[in-house]
Amino acid sequence: MWIPCYAVTTRIVTCLLMGLLSWLPMTAAAQQQDGQALLEALDTRSFDDKAAAIDAIIESEQSRADVWLQALLDSDLQRLKDDGRFVIALETAGLDVTIEDALTGEAMGEVSRRDLDRLTINNALRSQLRSAISLVELYNGDEDARLDAAEGLIGDVEEAQVEPLTNRLDEEPSAAVRNRLNQALAVYRLNQGDVDAVEVLAGSLNSNIRVALSRAAQSDDPLVVDAATAALADIEQNLKINRAAETLYFGLSMGSVLVLAAIGLAITFGVMGVINMAHGELIMLGAYTTWAMQQLLPGQPGLALILAIPAGFMVSALAGVAIERGVIQFLKGRPLETLLATFGVSLILQQLVRTVISPQNRTVITPEWMSGSLVVNDALSLTLNRMYVLGFALVVFAALILVMRRTRLGLEVRAVTQNRAMARSMGIRATRVDIMTFALGSGVAGLAGVALSQLTNVGPNLGQNYIIDSFMVVVFGGVGNLWGTLVAGMSLGIINQVLEPWAGAVLAKIIVLVFIILFIQKRPRGLFPQKGRAAEG
Amino acid sequence: MTTFLRKTHPTTSRLFTTALLGAAVMGASAQTFAQEDDPIKVGILHSLSGTMAISETVLKDTVEMLIEQQNEAGGLLGREIEPVVVDPASDWPLFAERARELLEQEEVDVIFGNWTSVSRKSVLPVVEELNGLLFYPVQYEGEESSENVFYTGAAPNQQAIPAVNYLHDLVGVERWVLAGTDYVYPRTTNRILEAYLKEEFGVADEDIMVNYTPFGHSDWQNIVSEIGRFGSEGKKTAVVSTVNGDANVPFYRELGNQGIDAADIPVVAFSVGEQELTGIDTGPLVGHLAAWNYFMSVDTDANYDFIDAWLEHTGEDDAVTNDPMEAHYIGFNMWVEAVQKAGTTDVDAVKDAIIGVTVPNLSGGSAAMMPNHHITKPVMIGEIQDNGQFAVVWQTPSTVAGDAWSDYLPGSRDLISDWRKPMECGNYNVAENRCMGSDAEEALAED
Repeated sequence: MWIPCYAVTTRIVTCLLMGLLSWLPMTAAAQQQDGQALLEALDTRSFDDKAAAIDAIIESEQSRADVWLQALLDSDLQRLKDDGRFVIALETAGLDVTIEDALTGEAMGEVSRRDLDRLTINNALRSQLRSAISLVELYNGDEDARLDAAEGLIGDVEEAQVEPLTNRLDEEPSAAVRNRLNQALAVYRLNQGDVDAVEVLAGSLNSNIRVALSRAAQSDDPLVVDAATAALADIEQNLKINRAAETLYFGLSMGSVLVLAAIGLAITFGVMGVINMAHGELIMLGAYTTWAMQQLLPGQPGLALILAIPAGFMVSALAGVAIERGVIQFLKGRPLETLLATFGVSLILQQLVRTVISPQNRTVITPEWMSGSLVVNDALSLTLNRMYVLGFALVVFAALILVMRRTRLGLEVRAVTQNRAMARSMGIRATRVDIMTFALGSGVAGLAGVALSQLTNVGPNLGQNYIIDSFMVVVFGGVGNLWGTLVAGMSLGIINQVLEPWAGAVLAKIIVLVFIILFIQKRPRGLFPQKGRAAEG
Repeated sequence: MTTFLRKTHPTTSRLFTTALLGAAVMGASAQTFAQEDDPIKVGILHSLSGTMAISETVLKDTVEMLIEQQNEAGGLLGREIEPVVVDPASDWPLFAERARELLEQEEVDVIFGNWTSVSRKSVLPVVEELNGLLFYPVQYEGEESSENVFYTGAAPNQQAIPAVNYLHDLVGVERWVLAGTDYVYPRTTNRILEAYLKEEFGVADEDIMVNYTPFGHSDWQNIVSEIGRFGSEGKKTAVVSTVNGDANVPFYRELGNQGIDAADIPVVAFSVGEQELTGIDTGPLVGHLAAWNYFMSVDTDANYDFIDAWLEHTGEDDAVTNDPMEAHYIGFNMWVEAVQKAGTTDVDAVKDAIIGVTVPNLSGGSAAMMPNHHITKPVMIGEIQDNGQFAVVWQTPSTVAGDAWSDYLPGSRDLISDWRKPMECGNYNVAENRCMGSDAEEALAED
């Protein structure tokens, strides 16, 4: 198979693949000697010299060159201090590192990290290594890798590359990759002043293409200027729509966080009328449960996260029961004292976590399937972790509505809150219902904690950041109304995200708060006030 | 006077008379001598609860460890050192109360403490009034120099300015995002940086984007996407982040998830160290930068010894060290050396003796105390690695002396600080040839 060779960046003259596939048979000893020399060149403080050394490796005919480059990119290429041998770190456990010989690939056991010198790279070298590796992948990688490689070429094509890329276009089976290659070539032609290239680029939202078009719009050729300006206007229009969609997504996502944090409170405060200042700490307990599950199941963050959902619910629900039995039941009908007492509980829980676990934040790992984003188009991509949280919030909400509407517990809760004396005379054990309701509200707070562990810090202060927002959402939505909480949370999220770009994060928060205060003046019972006899209770 | 003491033959009676004589000459109180065998008290003023506990608890542990080590090595002036730990609970006014308690009731000889600038500002009047000693270990915004405070963290010219130079000269950055938490340190630092960028590199207004967020900000979607847009206009863009504490974790997560790669838009942070990174999976963050004067990955024997001692002290295999810990290490050793030089823990004597004291730092060089109560430090730029550590990619060839008053702000340009005799002034105006005293703050406030 003939493989074309061309320059990717100014530095790389020959392509890696050619070097790898067609290396001349050499004696193993000569190979190693050259290899040692090539790697020696990398061990310098100057990053310019390192860049030259990397080029030398790319051009070399070493069989392990690809392994070295990958190891260098991953910062695994290291050097033993005593005898200067180059090794590749395979695994790090505490202070010990498992290594293999870089030249021969022979395993060398474990050494202390004190004995090793790491060969560091910087961002410039990282890009150099990546483009060298991705170039190889344009020819033999899987479709995703080829697509990434082609995308990386947009705005980066040089004269020497045009011909091999045009040839590659005929061989490429995937339409998406062909499209990217076409665009990459068109940007090159546009930069040369070819007006027809604009046609290929029109409608694309890729930022490199936009930059190329705006540069063309300021060129000397009136034909090119007109075509580029028209294409740009079209793109700007399209970008605006995408930006609006993005803001809506941001708003819904922020809203889902607010709803999750507030929905448990909507039950304990909204339905039962208990002001529970320790609600935030119940959220925190849920988040710590996620961390604990991941500690118990090392290497399986996804499974641990799923198991943390029931576990977090149980932990927070039990903590909630303890708070209800230990504090709140003695303060029934005395909201001010409940407020102060539960505030005390919240401080105790925070300090407990600080003393027992650590004042430091804990690392909760995001499973592979929740990281990154879903790319809709070049200008719009939706982050996956937030999408899962949005879905989770809706599921929790639906489940709660079902519990309140369709189960006996829900019926009893509604009965007890509407008329406690009457409910008791009908044989409902009001105290038991109190406990169950509080446990339910607390458990939902735990679920919120499990979800939040994927978005924010898991530390002792986690709850404090959400308690004010939670009360705000419940009051705004209408106390005692679950739908109100959903609508209030989502709309506050969207308002906040719409305001943020032009008002700044600090001012946006203030404006939202002022808006709610004014709104409550006008409608003291919130968006969805309770009607009928229940409202007087 | 100290030489006189040293020459004396160690017979008990003569030693006693010499001591008395020394006491009389130095004006030290009789009380100091009554405590000859009592331990030397060292106050530790770091939050152990509240929001700042995340950063400050390790500093308390560091000072305790240093004291233990000093005691094992025979104490100081033949006396044992005793730590006095108080908890100001991340509550700024409480810092002042606790400092007063340390100085008046516990009668400590020195205080190591504070993290946030606002807490330092709250303690400042107390240590000045009661003539205490405070060692402050965190990078800060400058524009301050007190007779009673020793700043062992970086001033802006030891962190922010070299970092910006690195980005401009070696990375070729032309557009700048200055993102920070909304309080005094980021606002002052960004003011200095904005003036510097415009003055030195001729950066246009539209190429600078300034953004402030509240403490503990957790919803970064909009800001990160805006940074992405700002950076995709064809000019190389970098983010200079003075975002503090907890807010960094969601910020970096969002950067990772929205796919903002360090190779395209590097973020250089002034408040993110090894400690902050322990809460994040650093895989997607490889290549983002931080500017400090010390990194845990620094490859020197002094550093490995320090790390080993720290791991043993905490009993955790994965404990990390960071820049403010090194600052305490330097500050503590400087104080010890100054006390030995002065032969007493008396505040005025130590204050005079410490200027010019040079002790080794952890990166293979040494730190000297300057007359403006700031120290010399090397400046390093590190890139985040996937193991939560930083790899040093650039370093100043020699150490940089801390500048209390920035050369890039109109009001502070003419001020210098020198606590040696005869100047003894923290804000001497070289244009007007006078010590500004408390006028300096008013003059600065007018700008």
